[in-house]
Amino acid sequence: MKPKLSVDCLGVHCPVPLARAQEALQKLAVGEVLEIVADDEEVLEDMPAWCRVTGNEYLGYQREGGIIKVYVRRKA
Amino acid sequence: MFSNNFATIGSGDGKRRMIYADYTSSTPVLPEVMQEMLPYFDELYANPSSLNDFALKARRAVEEARERVANLLGASAEEIIFTSGGAEANNLAIKGFIHANRARGKHVVVSAVEHYSVMHPLQSLAREGVQVTRVGVDEHGRVRVEELERAIREDTILISVQHANHEVGSLQPIREVAEIAEERGIALHCDGVSSAGVVPAKVEELGVDMYTLSAHRFYGPKGVGALYLARGTRLLPLIEGGIQERGYRAGTENVPGIVGMGKAAELAEREMRSRLEKLRRLRQRFLAEFQEEVPEAKINGHPGEVNPMYAHISVAGVEGETVVAELSARGVHITSGSPCMARAAKASHVLAAMGLSAELIRGAVLFSLGVPMSEADVVRLAQEAGEVIRRLRGE
Repeated sequence: MKPKLSVDCLGVHCPVPLARAQEALQKLAVGEVLEIVADDEEVLEDMPAWCRVTGNEYLGYQREGGIIKVYVRRKA
Repeated sequence: MFSNNFATIGSGDGKRRMIYADYTSSTPVLPEVMQEMLPYFDELYANPSSLNDFALKARRAVEEARERVANLLGASAEEIIFTSGGAEANNLAIKGFIHANRARGKHVVVSAVEHYSVMHPLQSLAREGVQVTRVGVDEHGRVRVEELERAIREDTILISVQHANHEVGSLQPIREVAEIAEERGIALHCDGVSSAGVVPAKVEELGVDMYTLSAHRFYGPKGVGALYLARGTRLLPLIEGGIQERGYRAGTENVPGIVGMGKAAELAEREMRSRLEKLRRLRQRFLAEFQEEVPEAKINGHPGEVNPMYAHISVAGVEGETVVAELSARGVHITSGSPCMARAAKASHVLAAMGLSAELIRGAVLFSLGVPMSEADVVRLAQEAGEVIRRLRGE
C-alpha cells in the first residue's frame, strides 16, 4: 500500500485533519491512497467515522512514536 | 434600519423569495453600518498610527468605535482590544492569559461544550504542560456548576465558559461561575460570540475578566472582533511587532471593520430590547408551527435561558445534512450542527455532551432566526421544513 499523497496534520487538532484530508483526496483518482500524518489522538476515532460518512475506505493506521499515520483509499 | 430586502439578496428561486435562517453563522451588515465604514476605504485611508494630521481622523474613528463597543459591554474603552474576529479573540484570551500567568499555575477548567477556538488553543497548550479539566453539561447544554467547582485545584488559573452555546443557544450560568471564580481568585474568560450584541452582556453584572465578541454576529462586518480585558488582568500578545492595541495585538488596524463594529455595537445596544422582543416572538411562532408539522421533533437547548435566535431541533429518522441540502434547493437556507463542523462531517461534541442519542445527533438541524425576518418567513420556514422532513421519512 503506497500512498499517492501525504498530508501533514502535525500540530493541528480535529476536525482540521478531516478538512485537509477531504481537500487532499480530491487530488487523487478513485482507488489511490492518501496518508494523513497527525499527532492528535482524535484522528483514530474521527477518520474511520469520516470515511463511513463520505464513502471512502479506511485502511488503518501506523504509529511511529508520537506520530500517527492514517491511510484512506479514495472511493467516492 | 432592518429591511426584508436582506432575505431576497441572492435568491436563486425566481418565483419565491429566499429565506435565510442561518443568522448564527452570519448576519447581513446593516446599511447604517456600511455607510459609516465606506469613507475609511478610499477617503480617510490613513494609518491610524501615523503622526500626521490626516491620520488623526482614522485614529479618532478607531477610538470612537472602541467607546461604542465598550458601552455595549458596560466597560471602559481602554479595556477593549480589537482583533480579526471571535476566533482570534478567544485564542488571545486563552493563550495570552496562560502565557502571562503560567508561573501561578498550569490548570484550566472549561465546559465540555466550548467552541473549537477555545478548545484547540488549550489542546496546543497541553504540549507546554498545561492541564485542562472539561466539565460536563446537563441535557440542555448548561454547565454543571457544582461539578465545575469540584474541578478547581490549587493550581487552577483560568476558567473559560461561553455565554451562549454556539450550537443550541443555551445561556450558561455565568454569574454563578463568576462567583466561584472570584471567591477562589481565578480569572474567568467568557466566549460571548454567540450572545454579544443580541442578549444583554454587561461585564460587571456577568463578573467576567475577559469577554469575546464578533461583529458579524450582530449585523456588523466579518473580519473584526474584540476582546474585553478587565483592568489588571495580565495578558501577553499572540501577534507581536507593533504598538497597536497597546501592544496586545500588533498590526495596522482594520479601520473600516473596526468602525463598522463600533456602529453595529451602538445599534445593538440601542435596539436590544426591541430586537429581543421580536426574536422571541419569531421563535415562539416558528416552534409552534414546526411542532404542528413534526410533532415528535425534539427541541434542544434550555427552554427559557436561551438566545432566541436559536431553534435547534432533532428529528429521528433523517440526516441533518440532507434536510439542509433539500431545503437549500428550495431557497431556504439553514445549517446542521455548527458550520465549521458541518463541513468536516464530524459529529457534534456539544450534542454528545448533552447526552443526545446518535440518531438525534444525526438528525439535528439549526434554524437560526434574525431580526430582518417576518412572521410569514418563519411560518413558511416551518412548513417547508415539515414537507422536506416528511418526504425524507417516506411519509
